[in-house]
Amino acid sequence: MTTAESLDRQDKLQGVGCSRKRKEDPRFIQGKGNYVDDIKLPGMLYGDFVRSPYAHARIKSINKEAALALPGVHAVLTADDLKPLNLHWMPTLAGDKQAVLADEKVCFQYQEVAMVIADDRYIAADATELVEVEYEELPPLVDPHKALLPDAPIIREDAAGADEVGQGQRTHPNHIFTWDVGDEAMTDRAFENADVVVSQEMLNQRVHPSPLETCGCVASFDKVRGELTLYLTSQAPHVVRTVVTMLSGIPESKVRVVSPDIGGGFGNKVGIYPGYVVSIVASIVLGRPVKWIEDRIENLSTTAFARDYHMIGELAATKDGKIKGLRVNVLADHGAFNAHAQPTKWPAGFFSICTGSYDIPTAYAKVKGVYTNKAPGGVAYRCSFRVTEAVYVVERMIDVLAHKLEMDPAELRMKNFIQPEQFPYHSALGWEYDSGDYPTALKKVMEAVDYAGLRKEQAEKKARGEIMGIGLCTFTEVVGAGPSKSCDILGVGMFDSAEIRVHPTGSVIARMGTITQGQGHQTTYAQIIATELGLSSEDIQIEEGDTSTAPYGLGTYGSRSTPVGGAATVMAARKIREKARKIAAHLMEVSENDLEWDVDRFRVAGNHEQFKTMKDIAWAAYNNVPEGMEMGLESVDYYDPPNFTYPFGAYLCVVDIDRFTGELKVRRFYALDDCGTRINPMIIEGQVHGGLNEAFAVATGQELPYDEQGNLLGNTFMDYFWPTMVETPVWELDYTVTPSPHHPMGAKGVAESPHVGGIPCISNAVNDAFMQFGASHVNMPHNAWRNWKAIHELGLDKQ
Amino acid sequence: MIPGVFDYHAPTTMADAIALLAQYGDEAKVLAGGHSLLPMMKLRFAEPAYLIDLNKINELRGISEANGMVRIGAMTTENQLIASDLLAQKCPLIPEAARLVADPQVRNRGTIGGDIAHGDPGNDHPAVMLAVGASFVLAGPAGERTVAADGFFLGTYWTGLEEGEILKEILVPPVTASTGHGYAKLKRKTGDYATAGAAVQLTLNGDVCDSINIGLTNVGACAIKATEAEDVLRGQVITEALILTAAEKAMAMTDPAEDLRGDVEYKTHMAGEMCRRALRQALARAKGGA
Repeated sequence: MTTAESLDRQDKLQGVGCSRKRKEDPRFIQGKGNYVDDIKLPGMLYGDFVRSPYAHARIKSINKEAALALPGVHAVLTADDLKPLNLHWMPTLAGDKQAVLADEKVCFQYQEVAMVIADDRYIAADATELVEVEYEELPPLVDPHKALLPDAPIIREDAAGADEVGQGQRTHPNHIFTWDVGDEAMTDRAFENADVVVSQEMLNQRVHPSPLETCGCVASFDKVRGELTLYLTSQAPHVVRTVVTMLSGIPESKVRVVSPDIGGGFGNKVGIYPGYVVSIVASIVLGRPVKWIEDRIENLSTTAFARDYHMIGELAATKDGKIKGLRVNVLADHGAFNAHAQPTKWPAGFFSICTGSYDIPTAYAKVKGVYTNKAPGGVAYRCSFRVTEAVYVVERMIDVLAHKLEMDPAELRMKNFIQPEQFPYHSALGWEYDSGDYPTALKKVMEAVDYAGLRKEQAEKKARGEIMGIGLCTFTEVVGAGPSKSCDILGVGMFDSAEIRVHPTGSVIARMGTITQGQGHQTTYAQIIATELGLSSEDIQIEEGDTSTAPYGLGTYGSRSTPVGGAATVMAARKIREKARKIAAHLMEVSENDLEWDVDRFRVAGNHEQFKTMKDIAWAAYNNVPEGMEMGLESVDYYDPPNFTYPFGAYLCVVDIDRFTGELKVRRFYALDDCGTRINPMIIEGQVHGGLNEAFAVATGQELPYDEQGNLLGNTFMDYFWPTMVETPVWELDYTVTPSPHHPMGAKGVAESPHVGGIPCISNAVNDAFMQFGASHVNMPHNAWRNWKAIHELGLDKQ
Repeated sequence: MIPGVFDYHAPTTMADAIALLAQYGDEAKVLAGGHSLLPMMKLRFAEPAYLIDLNKINELRGISEANGMVRIGAMTTENQLIASDLLAQKCPLIPEAARLVADPQVRNRGTIGGDIAHGDPGNDHPAVMLAVGASFVLAGPAGERTVAADGFFLGTYWTGLEEGEILKEILVPPVTASTGHGYAKLKRKTGDYATAGAAVQLTLNGDVCDSINIGLTNVGACAIKATEAEDVLRGQVITEALILTAAEKAMAMTDPAEDLRGDVEYKTHMAGEMCRRALRQALARAKGGA
């Protein structure tokens, strides 16, 4: 029974559903954050890399003498120095290996060749220029489409003869893996028998997550104690600790990894980079702490790009628009080492979510990964593993099919949606969608923007030669990796954890295996505990990122914090509440079964004046517990999710394109998200804004282009596109709530939806603008130059 | 992103600055706002052994009017240009273009003199100087000389500044009631250099275009004076058809380099489009419009 009085108590908790201010913001706003580059240890030295100017070259010699002669230089480390420790190569999360320092040859421009260790970063930078490296240039392989030609240059001589490099059989020295899913024969039959077939080649261009804070670390080895402390800006500190132990042989109990405040990750900070390994070695060798921090060019050029999926999508349908089959072929450019970050058994991540929100009876997807002379990576940039690529291909294909059928793309979507009553829904490629209501979401959006009116306006504008486009995207994500039966990293199941301790006065400290990078965990986890335990979120302290104090967890990426870490938090809190119930019964001398939970207290059913608040109970837990019960009030939970969660949304975008310059303006962007239960609506809105900004950046400007020699063009923020507040569109947000049936509080995760859904939505709008004039698909990024080329070809820019 | 080793000097008088420059010769670079030079030094594209910082020389700052000319000290910042009532009245093209230079932080430090003297074709003021018919006071060991903006810009990072000279002052003739101006700049985002830009200042005598200057930004090795486009319009009643012809002539005078902003074809067309936009705006203003 809810009363005004109990509602008032509920409000005071600032728990689930409350748009309370973020607990982390006062320190960030006041400049009191503590990032890895803020850490200064006594006697600390600085490392800086000598990097390759060439994309592909043999190293003939390295001369360190001049660098070593510079005052303040302590060491210059090369692959030969790491060889005795067997650390010149390291394993990647993808089962391949990566050169820590280039061993005999370089395979991409800016590859790490040597590290200089010096008294300060200025001396280190000067010394890198004094290291003389003699190269013999080799022909570079830049175009992935040429990687498997018989005469293609062999990039990885170290693995040229290997039958596999961690992901199955290979057919060529530049071949990494071929992975397929679905019933190929049945899909082929669906295409043979279809009324209508469409096929479209498209590219998810190579981009970089480029968090504001670049990658970096401070490694500090204590020779006397044999202990290594590693301060690291990492999205997965516990995994890093395990890998460091595997590589170094130092017991995991003597390795402490600390992720302090993190200035954004977006997938860039999941992997292990050469800089970390060399810093650790240097600290062990020199007996002093060593700091290594990337500059912006190094970040954009070397540590973990995303995408670079060259795709061909195909749909088979009846002539009235019922989709019968989907076929996707992908050529994946992984660069010189297969260093993507996916759960171990998933070489193409969760790309098989590519049937999207549609009831497609049969589907087949094939992904072929190849080496090129480019930086290694293939990480999930603000998305679950390869989900952006998957959603892009299906959402673009729906529009391509609609165009072919001369059917409105909204109508085609409505016709093919998985219906609410079909959940849990088993997709043709093996997923079990937990819950959703796609038609309601799209209808709500179409009504909010007057979709019919927009189409009418577009037709009028077209008649005047004005270029307006309307894009839709009705996406489904798969996040919250994941059930340990199918998901692991290096053999560690992808559970996550929470440890909650209630103090005698009713304040709480809780630690999780995840790690916040801007998501606001210190606020949202506190809100979850506040609601579950009836204690104010203001007095609940959340700590993450220190492997010496937090329980083991797999970290934060792929929108897994709320689905997995949040679930662990709920379960741990409920264990505490069960103990509290027993204490309350003891204090009131009633039976447990006579008690009912009421916001922040247990009360006697039928006698609401008789109750004990959680604060009363917390105090009693330390002095007056039932006979036989342990004192204290704390719990731990390691949560292995039974399934993934499937957030979804319906987005609509209206663009106007200047027909003389190609400049694009997003006039309207309406984003409806359904992430299940909403913990902090304000934080959700912030997450959606951030993800949409990144989607806008990718769709309209971001790319890492290479020239034919394998030189990376545009690796500074002068060229690599980040919109400022001037360019950023106004976002209109909306939501529906379809809770996840298997998550203990029904939450699904939200931070990546806007990125995943926003990119195809904008791309669909731009392509809609051009396709109405007869153009075919145009690839991203939809920058002014590229738009103008389409306009000029169509002759729309005549004066 | 860390510069090489250099010595830093911060003279307080022009005489000291000129003496230091004479002493260190081409091993020295003069530092104005630093927003072009310092990034180049951080990338080690430029590794001067000596930096001579002009920021403490007060005589290089300020905007005034004397002898029928508006005089702008070379170390006047972009934001000071934007805030100047005198410029708004007498040389409105300059503050208008300054608003489109880079971003607020850069405009706080970046100076008009640095923008002109650096010789970067992407900088906005060179084309603006061509459009307003400015001249430059250059100070060196042999004293001062005044040169016209037209002919000053010779190539990328190459201007009419002789060895040992420092740009001291910019002289601009004030506009009349029948003068109109326009600066059109296409850029990828706030803070970016122009993909293409055009600066126009014209004066009408009745309906006839009495005088006109057109400067183009970032579509050649240096700022281009689009004389052939000017010739189409000078002495004529400007019509839309003539504007289109003039823009074609301007396009023919460009020689852009391909980069991530666009290829030669796109940049050439954008030079034409910016020219049309700046011309239309200048014409409307000269006729008394906004």
